[in-house]
Amino acid sequence: MRFLSLEPIRILLYLVGICAFVGANAAYLVLAERKIAGRIQRRPGPNEAGYGGWLQPVADGIKLLVKQVMVPPGTDGLLYRLAPLMVMAPPLICLAVVPFGEDLVARNINVGLLLVFSLGSVNVMALMLGGWASRNKYSVISAARVVSQNVAYEIPMLLVVITMLLATGTLNLNEIIRQQAGWFWHWNILRGIWTLTNPLIPVTFVIFFICMLAETNRAPFDMAEAESELVAGAFTEYGGMGFGVFFMAEYANIVVGCSLATVLFFGGWQSPIGILSGPIWGPLWFLGKMYALIFVVIWIRWTFPRTQFYGLLNLSWKILIPLSLFTLLLSGALITLTKLL
Amino acid sequence: MIVRKESIPPGPSGEAPSETFVLNLGPQHPAAHGVLRVLMTMDGEWITKAEPVIGYIHRMHEKMGENRTWAQFLPNTSRIDYLSAMHYTHAFVGAVERAAKIEVPPRAEYVRVITSELNRIASHMVWWGAMLADLGGLTPFLYAFDDRELILDLLEGICGARLTYCYYRFGGLCNDIDDDFVQGTRAFVKHMPPRLKMYRDLVTDNIILRKRLTGIGPISAEMCRKYGATGPVIRGSGVAYDVRKIEPYSVYPQFDFKIPTYPECDSMARYLVRMDEMEQSLRIIEQALDQLPAGPVMGKVPRVLKLPPGDYCYAVEAARGRFMVRIVSDGKDTPYRVKLRTPSFSNLSLYEEASKGMILPDALAMMGSLDLVIPDIDR
Amino acid sequence: MSMTAAFQEVYSGFKSLLIGMRITLGQFIKPVITVQYPRQTLKMPARFRGHIELVLDPETGLSRCTACKLCERACPSDCIFVEGAKREGQKVKSVTDYKLNFTTCSLCGSCVEACPFDAIQFSKVYNVVGFSRDQFSKMDLVEQLEQKRKEWKGPRLPPPPAPAVTPAPAAPANVAQSSNPKTP
Repeated sequence: MRFLSLEPIRILLYLVGICAFVGANAAYLVLAERKIAGRIQRRPGPNEAGYGGWLQPVADGIKLLVKQVMVPPGTDGLLYRLAPLMVMAPPLICLAVVPFGEDLVARNINVGLLLVFSLGSVNVMALMLGGWASRNKYSVISAARVVSQNVAYEIPMLLVVITMLLATGTLNLNEIIRQQAGWFWHWNILRGIWTLTNPLIPVTFVIFFICMLAETNRAPFDMAEAESELVAGAFTEYGGMGFGVFFMAEYANIVVGCSLATVLFFGGWQSPIGILSGPIWGPLWFLGKMYALIFVVIWIRWTFPRTQFYGLLNLSWKILIPLSLFTLLLSGALITLTKLL
Repeated sequence: MIVRKESIPPGPSGEAPSETFVLNLGPQHPAAHGVLRVLMTMDGEWITKAEPVIGYIHRMHEKMGENRTWAQFLPNTSRIDYLSAMHYTHAFVGAVERAAKIEVPPRAEYVRVITSELNRIASHMVWWGAMLADLGGLTPFLYAFDDRELILDLLEGICGARLTYCYYRFGGLCNDIDDDFVQGTRAFVKHMPPRLKMYRDLVTDNIILRKRLTGIGPISAEMCRKYGATGPVIRGSGVAYDVRKIEPYSVYPQFDFKIPTYPECDSMARYLVRMDEMEQSLRIIEQALDQLPAGPVMGKVPRVLKLPPGDYCYAVEAARGRFMVRIVSDGKDTPYRVKLRTPSFSNLSLYEEASKGMILPDALAMMGSLDLVIPDIDR
Repeated sequence: MSMTAAFQEVYSGFKSLLIGMRITLGQFIKPVITVQYPRQTLKMPARFRGHIELVLDPETGLSRCTACKLCERACPSDCIFVEGAKREGQKVKSVTDYKLNFTTCSLCGSCVEACPFDAIQFSKVYNVVGFSRDQFSKMDLVEQLEQKRKEWKGPRLPPPPAPAVTPAPAAPANVAQSSNPKTP
């Protein structure tokens, strides 16, 4: 058993675990989405495959796997095959730095937060490549739309993260969580209010959440996949498991986004009542908070209609960026003031 | 904010780009309109010309009218626009009664009004759900159908069918309503206002929907008049034209109801007109139930119906607009000609002019707000 | 737009989103409306229109149909084919063959209303199933009546003698004819 504590073996086990976690999540989050969507619409959702429908993702997976993976002629062969991989890789890497428990992190890098956000841009590039390589003018148009949407929403997201950085003072994710020890009012989302370092952190959280929805192309910002149903989508030319990988990557991105929100705002693996913490309770709290946020993401999707494309960009450039700049300046000003006093 | 092509400044060379492509919004789409094909000539995202192509569900109802007796045509009337079938049957039955001078007992008239208004609410529910499904909000569709089930169950209890009713006969109804129907309808009238309030909170007041619909798809009253668009389309452009008030038929003069009219001419105005119409229909139903007289439901009708030769017509306010039937009789037991003037045909005809220079998602939102039912266009 | 109006719009817009979310959450916790057919079934209303069937007269155990063909004439879709023959000792004909083409029937009820003897009614069967197309395009109502007659508990009259065999005339185009006319 001694060799298990060797660093390379430990990281390998973690990476296998992360892949399994992302895979299981991608499969069962689809089922969760369909069931939650069904219950919101007063109907049961999938309930025939297995008791309560729990075998439905297995059935979907088998269906996607046995489909013929064909590469349409005339597409750019390398980019066409590379795009699904490039979409799936960033969330897997990001999860390597997210601490699920106090000691349950693959590699606790000191610049963990920076790593996560730098990889978020790779996602955009992968979608653009996928649309371009499909040799379908509608795919290119919708991929271009996705790129402009993602770029527009990255800016407020990063401004929000910088605001949180001013509050926490470190980029190390585990350290950020350790600063939120105590009861639930010590979590970053509420701490700024009563310590008066930044009373607008709930607004910051809302901006972060909206940007996360837009980055992962979820409704009400899902122009790429749904509005273009009349034209085509960025993924039209992908069939079988290629499409399945894009789909899984979307859910993996949601997992990464929600786990980041948990870490930054809700105290990660910290318990809300001070007791019931430890190596087993920590991951349970983390997963509980993360899944609660994922429920909110799904709930939002099935409540609202889609925005128009220019409405989406208006929201980002004209409302979210000024608001996040304002919270950033306010945060900076208050911190300087508290230092002076 | 209205985004139209004219407001986009031209490029550095001073000319608008000349490269256009034709997008075929084929007869099958995921949007719930039916088999309508729209050939859109597009310049990037903007539509330069949208040409609807119809005829994919032409079933020759008018021709069938010439080969069937007057009574045998009744099932056809329900199937012209199956979502508001009662209105269409009412128009045909009313035309024949006007021609043959058949007296309809008052109880039958009141029941006709009640069932027609219930059908109007059901049709607007389908419109609401389908339009929101077009815009991406898939949940309200299910809520609308939940309420629509209540209406369909009520109508199934009295006539046995849920969609293509064939309930009216020349001279009255095919069978009388029972107490279950009266109680059920009263319960429904009580059940609906909180649901309508929920729809308002969930959808109508929603900022996303308001941004999607306000200012989108302006249709002036002049354009409506030019193309003969009626119903909520013209009422959303500020003209209070409703057949129930302008050319009253049946017992509508006995009821006190308003005609919702909004002057803004955009998709939001048409949306609000239909939502208000549902409330007004509930008022009419309540008044009709209170005033419902006792008596027979079938008047005196000769066994073999032969109309005197001539030209007769009858117009009703269907859910989508003015539906008019014109029958030409030559004294035989089959009509010589049955002309059906359907509202969706005229409502669609203004689409080409109204959608010039619009961006594609806005054009689709406008089409949803016109409430087209393609079998109504093609007959 | 002025600054205060812009802020008000953002605030009221955000509030409308939260109100919408509360409504869907309220619907989420309510029970499911779906009736899980076939494990649960609904009670069909009394006036439900299924395909038509011949009425079994409770006193005689026979059909009241006299093959007057009024239903055949009233049908807008030409889906009824009815033939009858006089039995010995009877003044009126009785039905020997009643075929309904259910694939073209529009469930309008004209036949039921046209019948002067109340011999046909709607059957309230909503889950029809068959193994061949013939079961629907040549739905044999006389045979269905025979099935019901087997369970009939009234006084059993002695079966009348078989009718004189008359050749059946040609059927209209869309209703096929059975090869052997049924005997009551």
